[in-house]
Amino acid sequence: MTRITLSRALNEGLRRSLEADQKVLIMGEDVGRLGGVFRVTDGLQKDFGDRVVDTPLAESGIVGTAIGLALRGYRPVCEIQFDGFVYPAIDQIVSQLAKMRYRSRGRIALPIVIRIPFGGGIGAVEHHSESPEVFFAHTAGLRVIACADPADAFAMIQLAIADDDPVIFFEPKRRYWDKAEVDMTAPLGDALPLDKARVVQQGDDVTLLSYGPLVRTCLEAAVAAQAEGRSVEVINLRSLSPLDMETITASVTRTGRCVVAHEAPVFGGLGGEIAARVTERCFYQLEAPVLRVGGFAVPYPPARMEDHYLPDLDRILDAVDQSFGY
Amino acid sequence: MTAETIQLLTPEGERVDHPEYPVDDADVRGMYRDMVLVRRIDSEAIALQRQGELGLWASLLGQEAAQIGSARALSAKDMAFPSYREHGVAWCRGLDPVRVLEMYRGVTNGAWDPEEHKFHLYTIVIGNQTLHATGYAMGIQRDGCEDEAVIAYFGDGATSQGDVSEAFAWASVFNAPVVFFCQNNQFAISAPPERQSRAPIYQRASGFGFPGIRVDGNDVLACYAVTRQALRAAREGEGPMLIEAFTYRMGAHTTTDDPTRYRLASELEAWRLRDPIERVRSYLARTGEADGAFFEQVAAEADELAAKLRAACLALPDPPPLALFDHVYAGGNAILDAERAQYAAYLAGFEEKGAGR
Repeated sequence: MTRITLSRALNEGLRRSLEADQKVLIMGEDVGRLGGVFRVTDGLQKDFGDRVVDTPLAESGIVGTAIGLALRGYRPVCEIQFDGFVYPAIDQIVSQLAKMRYRSRGRIALPIVIRIPFGGGIGAVEHHSESPEVFFAHTAGLRVIACADPADAFAMIQLAIADDDPVIFFEPKRRYWDKAEVDMTAPLGDALPLDKARVVQQGDDVTLLSYGPLVRTCLEAAVAAQAEGRSVEVINLRSLSPLDMETITASVTRTGRCVVAHEAPVFGGLGGEIAARVTERCFYQLEAPVLRVGGFAVPYPPARMEDHYLPDLDRILDAVDQSFGY
Repeated sequence: MTAETIQLLTPEGERVDHPEYPVDDADVRGMYRDMVLVRRIDSEAIALQRQGELGLWASLLGQEAAQIGSARALSAKDMAFPSYREHGVAWCRGLDPVRVLEMYRGVTNGAWDPEEHKFHLYTIVIGNQTLHATGYAMGIQRDGCEDEAVIAYFGDGATSQGDVSEAFAWASVFNAPVVFFCQNNQFAISAPPERQSRAPIYQRASGFGFPGIRVDGNDVLACYAVTRQALRAAREGEGPMLIEAFTYRMGAHTTTDDPTRYRLASELEAWRLRDPIERVRSYLARTGEADGAFFEQVAAEADELAAKLRAACLALPDPPPLALFDHVYAGGNAILDAERAQYAAYLAGFEEKGAGR
């Protein structure tokens, strides 16, 4: 076991993927010499040379050329520098990347990973704190993944690169410097598959679902709730599309209560999809409606207001409390 | 500098005449003062960021001449579309510099009225504003206003974005009165201009059918003269022009960046010898247009401005929590209104408990 940051865990995972498959390429803005603005690709260009490509500054270009490289047999791993900069690439992602397998009747696979640091809480300027995951989850043909901690990040990035479908890989930027023990010697085959959720805290009274940056906040909420005598089960979804309804259903069937937390706006967010599916599957076991905690129906606010926008421990606990009010 | 670069003031501070760009009427003392003041604003902002008072700062160090020269060429009616580093342009458009700090402090994303100052909000997504500038210019054209033009600021990195090529296409086919002012500061964060294009940036314009010109971006007189002429041509119906101001980002990309990872100290030193302010100072001193008293007075004014700016920045109140919900739509929105009410009740709950937030 090695104690490393989430950023470092991704770096180590990328390194292993580059070593395992000569066709893996890394491409993006400032990923080479600089090592990425979050240092996720630090040192990789030094060791892998021109397989780590500093691209021109154009996100549509990054994804569009990655598609071409994939058509030619490569496995590009693209970095979009910040969540709010992915939109110029949306056309390539939605119109081409997501649909290529379908429209080619299965002849063409595009094993491309698009890494996107997402979420707020770092006091950033505009366009650097968004949670755009639902745009991609709504798009058939993409896998949408979010890692939450170093151990998961290390395995999930390798699984994503090995996957034959396009993967939108979200990284919780305010957790990049969180440290945890990672077993870097464990075989990748033993890792929890990409499309499986993980129960990160067992509990009996309420199921708290989250992903990315809020998983840690939910774990903290579970500790706080314990002090009030409530046993909270926390599930890290890991895969946002597809959803691991099996794990979710098993938990909610047992607890009878469900709260979903994400930074993205509640309106039209992933929580709504989960609430509908949980209701369909667990209607007779539910003691309360599935509640959602998330961002408000406003653009991501200036930094000095983000603490009010982001669901924090108090707001998550408030939702848990409400769930017991029915 | 290559022969094709317009230069009117050498790094040593010597005037070079150019037949197409007479600038004998230029207020060089005023330009010097502006450049010194914005550099001081910039260094104060960096200090404030280091002390945790700003979330971020994008330094203009080294780009004072490009910004002050071009912005001084604008008429009061001309409209400017900045990226996020145009603090010198903001200064020339009459903005109180604390407005710019307000944005980088994270108090608001829209600290000024763009029409009041004829200076649009900062645009952070690279290149987006070049299309807005072009559209605005098309509006001027439709309105038949022959005394207005538009300037779009962007960087060398932005030239790779589709939006910038699209802006060139639109401006060209509609003959829009817009001047594209590209500050080639040699870095898109860590990437050099060779990572964006094999050809010099100013040559891009010819492929779109309008003129492009390279100017010494550290020469305030050249930036002023060339921009003034381009704006005049735009107002007179001659269409767009691309100006590449060849300059150098002497600081980091932003306060979160560490340029020692990707550039040599020797390169920075070489550019220091071409400092945009020093050459003007030399020129003013040599020609006797300014004396020691003037330089001291400007330096004192700069320190005074910095002290005022610091005090004003520290006094900026955080916005009230419920301001979060303002200005999303022209009118009400049922979902949003319900969320506002719900959050207000939630906050009130803390006050009742005396816990506070």
